[in-house]
Amino acid sequence: MKTPNKPKHNRLLPHPILTMVLWIIWLLLNNTLAPGHIVLGFILAITIPLLTTSFWPEKITLSNPWVIFKFFWVVIGDILIANIIVAKLILGPNRRLKPGFFLIELEVQHPLGISILANTISLTPGTVSCDVTADRKYLKVHALHLENKTDTIQQIKQRYEMPLIKVFESC
Amino acid sequence: MLILALKIAFLMVGLALLFNFYRLIKGPSLPDRILALDTIYINSIAILILFGLYQQSALYFEAALLIAVMGFVGTVALSKYLLRGDIME
Amino acid sequence: MLENILAIFILIGAFFTLVGSIGLIKLPDFYMRLHGPTKATTLGVGSILVASAIYFSQSDSGISAHEVLVTLFLFITAPISAHLMAKAALHIQTPQSQKTQQK
Repeated sequence: MKTPNKPKHNRLLPHPILTMVLWIIWLLLNNTLAPGHIVLGFILAITIPLLTTSFWPEKITLSNPWVIFKFFWVVIGDILIANIIVAKLILGPNRRLKPGFFLIELEVQHPLGISILANTISLTPGTVSCDVTADRKYLKVHALHLENKTDTIQQIKQRYEMPLIKVFESC
Repeated sequence: MLILALKIAFLMVGLALLFNFYRLIKGPSLPDRILALDTIYINSIAILILFGLYQQSALYFEAALLIAVMGFVGTVALSKYLLRGDIME
Repeated sequence: MLENILAIFILIGAFFTLVGSIGLIKLPDFYMRLHGPTKATTLGVGSILVASAIYFSQSDSGISAHEVLVTLFLFITAPISAHLMAKAALHIQTPQSQKTQQK
């Protein structure tokens, strides 16, 4: 995705990423690349962010597209592995499972960063994020099979939190 | 080959739906029932898409999209109801 | 050849969907049951949708990409609904399995 840095465009394009996403979704919904739909989609993608500016108080900028791209593929790969692991755990005997709750200390402070981290944790190996403490310091996570708590936390921090810190440190 | 695979897939997803209904009726807690409903709508998307493949028609796709959107809203509303005691503030 | 690939995608998808539901009836407490549908079922339906996208791309006129929309939507919403359900369950203190390790 493009990251326009020119402040001049802010009046007309308050949220460039939202505009791009809306445009793509319009074309996907109509399942076409006809010129008419491209133009209509573009008009809608320009006007909808303008009309809904008050719903998007903070501006989101993607400072580090390459890191996001790499993060995306790591997550996709992990989802596939996670599913095979979870399928094995589910089909195995129940008494072998060791479920447990644990807390992860959050280093990402940006709200969007926290929600992306929580979503990633839910989609990847054997863990579901359950709750964020009110002060946004800890994330409560449930694991289907908790072998070694410190290892799991370490892995989540290294694999998923580091790139998110890199992406969101600027805003 | 494709027809055979589709028939086996119908059987498997149908069985999955049956399991979900068992959990929906048995409970034992409210979140279990919400989870069962959530899984039922995701599985019905699967069965609709499979039926679309079987009939070789892309018509069922819109229904699948609508079920996805409405099901998500339903799950969120039910969970919010458990969290707060009412849905709208 | 293409038919075989499609068949494999469909069977993998149906298998993961079934595994998710088996988890739903088999596992002992709510928090563990949550794992089945969020992961296995989402990937299962995603796989079936990929098969559908491939099928309609090669049979009809032009590329059929709107299945991607449902797949993306499911992958974005599944963790959110799981998170909300877990939060609700914690809030009303749904009983946990005896073995659950705390903190």
